[in-house]
Amino acid sequence: MKEIKFILNGKEVSVKADPLKRLLDVLREDEKMTGVKEGCGEGECGACAVLKDGVLVNSCMIPLGAAEGSEIVTPEGIRETDKGKCIIDAFGDAGAVQCGFCTPGMMMATEALLTINNKPDESEIREALSGNLCRCTGYDLIVKGVQIASERGKDLW
Amino acid sequence: MVDSYRPKDLKDALSIRAEYNPQPLAGGTDLMVRYQSWSGTLPLFTKSVMFVGHLKEMKYIKKEAKDKTVTLVIGGTATLTDVANHPDTPVVLKEAVLSIAAPALRNNATLTGNICNASPAGDSICALYALDAVIVIEKSGSRREVPITEFITGPGRTILGPDELVTAIKIPLKASSVNDFTKVGTRRANALSKLSFTGVADYKNGRIDSIALTFGAVGPTVVRSVELEKKLIGLSGPELKAMIPKVIDDYSTVIVPIDDQRSTAVYRKKVALNLLEKYLKELSSHE
Ligand SMILES: Cc1cc2nc3c(=O)[nH]c(=O)nc-3n(C[C@H](O)[C@H](O)[C@H](O)COP(=O)(O)OP(=O)(O)OC[C@H]3O[C@@H](n4cnc5c(N)ncnc54)[C@H](O)[C@@H]3O)c2cc1C
Ligand code: FES
Ligand code: FES
Repeated sequence: MKEIKFILNGKEVSVKADPLKRLLDVLREDEKMTGVKEGCGEGECGACAVLKDGVLVNSCMIPLGAAEGSEIVTPEGIRETDKGKCIIDAFGDAGAVQCGFCTPGMMMATEALLTINNKPDESEIREALSGNLCRCTGYDLIVKGVQIASERGKDLW
Repeated sequence: MVDSYRPKDLKDALSIRAEYNPQPLAGGTDLMVRYQSWSGTLPLFTKSVMFVGHLKEMKYIKKEAKDKTVTLVIGGTATLTDVANHPDTPVVLKEAVLSIAAPALRNNATLTGNICNASPAGDSICALYALDAVIVIEKSGSRREVPITEFITGPGRTILGPDELVTAIKIPLKASSVNDFTKVGTRRANALSKLSFTGVADYKNGRIDSIALTFGAVGPTVVRSVELEKKLIGLSGPELKAMIPKVIDDYSTVIVPIDDQRSTAVYRKKVALNLLEKYLKELSSHE
């Protein structure tokens, strides 16, 4: 057990845990950030996606010790922001959400994409979402959601 | 439960590595899967672990010029995304890296981790064999440089000592006009390749001046035959064209794949030779 500090959604937190505990479990269990989901647990599905120091990563692949001192943003951290609301509304209007299990990860991938490229074309969107699996929608509606977010949010990103 | 270390800098990391021989963990994308346990429980590492991904001294990519050669030096903790984004990354390496999984994985996984994992299907390794990459290895007080072909000794095996770390990868930047990296996998993102091929070559005064041809996931390590490549040096495009069937024949004796759960040996060999033929045809139409 060690006391490990990092920044979670803009606030410093300190967690007492084994440094090899997965960041995914730290976020869900210790920090109650249940917007972060576990799908596969092995880097294939993107349900556990968070931002680490501004870039998209899978939290199931990162031991807590590797995240010490970094800035982590979970779906809870963007949900209430203008950008987060824009993505949520766009996904809703596009019909991009069915069971919703993949949605938080898809939102994080969308936020990461629009941050580096606020006018992505369809193939750029598909590439950016390529690490996120969805069992329900067939992806087209999610791509549409990202397109709507990018149009409506052109002044946000 | 095993111990873990978080060194404050490279020097600290090398001395911890010498004293306790922990396993280095960079992005963790290989190790966290290899040692994963039941959901919600700790990964089952068998020995102590040292985090290295945060070591800033190794997070760089730079060009070095010495005499007439320019070398790209990729630091030991540069991520696959860093490598793909760098303007001087050779095109076959860039394509190889971009063929690995998806952005979230590449943002975290390192080039060094892909090499040290030494999978015969490691996509960057196929390109790095063709590019004559050299691995920089350090331990407290000493440093050595080893060609990648000698660094990797078998599936999952390297010559790295228990007290050493890989601190950089060096790639000599050479003229290369006909470049190809092709990966044949089951799904584009997140599928380890069934097979990969890299070809780089350059002409001078209408004749082949340099060439490297490598095949990933067709044997215990990446396959490259410098001997067969030498036979192609000095050929003109039309001469190469006439020789293609012979070259394919020669390569069919050095490519001896194994069956595994991802595909059969017969399929691998056929595809490898097809990719080679396609590349040689393309090459023979250039000057
Ligand atoms: C979903 C998924 C898809 C994947 N797809 C592909 C693919 O298509 N192609 C492919 O080639 N790979 C693929 N991989 C494998 C993996 O992502 C790569 O091998 C990656 O580059 C490993 O880097 P890492 O930093 O995460 O390594 P880690 O897991 O941290 O380490 C890997 C190995 O390198 C050693 N190591 C790390 N840094 C050092 C150092 N500085 N000195 C000495 N040893 C060191 C570790 O001890 C370990 O043995 C995939 C993995 C996953 C989970
Ligand atoms: S749970 Fe992390 S990628 Fe699937
Ligand atoms: S909406 Fe169900 S998995 Fe995507």
